[in-house]
Amino acid sequence: MKSSGTFNIAAHGDREIVVTRVFDAPRRLVFDAYTKPELIKRWLLGPDGWSMPICEIDLRAGGKYRYVWKNETDGSEMGMGGVYREVVPTERIVVTEVFDEAWYPGEAVDTIVLAEQNGRTTLTQTILYDSRATRDAVLKSPMQIGMAASYDRLEKFLPSLGREALSA
Amino acid sequence: MRDLDATFAALADPTRRAILARLARGEASVTDLAHPFAMSQPAISKHLKVLERAGLISRGRDAQRRPRRLEARPLRDATHWLENYRQFWDAQFRRLDDLLHDLQTGDPKIENNKIKKKKSAR
Repeated sequence: MKSSGTFNIAAHGDREIVVTRVFDAPRRLVFDAYTKPELIKRWLLGPDGWSMPICEIDLRAGGKYRYVWKNETDGSEMGMGGVYREVVPTERIVVTEVFDEAWYPGEAVDTIVLAEQNGRTTLTQTILYDSRATRDAVLKSPMQIGMAASYDRLEKFLPSLGREALSA
Repeated sequence: MRDLDATFAALADPTRRAILARLARGEASVTDLAHPFAMSQPAISKHLKVLERAGLISRGRDAQRRPRRLEARPLRDATHWLENYRQFWDAQFRRLDDLLHDLQTGDPKIENNKIKKKKSAR
């Protein structure tokens, strides 16, 4: 496992989330890995146990793409797709994203910028949501409430609260 | 999934998030909930209505106090996706590191694959 380790997700402006990551490779390779189906299928696989049976790309402004992932254990599928708005080879991609089962309202627009320095590539992926409310909800709320990791525990705790209310 | 819009809309307000954070520690009456905020009880009640409609809170069985309590499920659905999202990209990028390494060191799997065909076609 080789990892350059710089991975950051942060809020930016009113409606954006910015993901940055440094890769130990020239940007033409990172660009290929983001745009060629045979390469995408080798890394854009989600958590262990998922595969990517569908990866279709029409890489040009106005061209569509479609990704479908499949959970090999339970057979469930997660699909998404969108339209390329801008494609500048090795440098910049602007593309829309809509999940089949929407987990945030509206359509998001991804801007991917690749910058190379000394053979290393910094990827900056800006995801623009349809409103500040959506962005904040996606990024902040669960962390602010501080329960992202503890909801299972919380759910076990709730029935006992119900019993306390009954006996009160 | 159809309720996620309501969940996210309800979560978008800082006062409502603070109310949920308070309720995560245990159920509370409207008076208790209004106490830490410089807000009238009707203003708090309005926020509670939004949270209730989104299914994020419910009312306890005590008829006098009508305590509100947190409903974990919609939050779990919402946070579940965010967690997936983070884990998704972290796992993704680590795998991409490996692929980029392979591409630079001449991975045989790729050499025999479509990349080679494309190269030789040029």
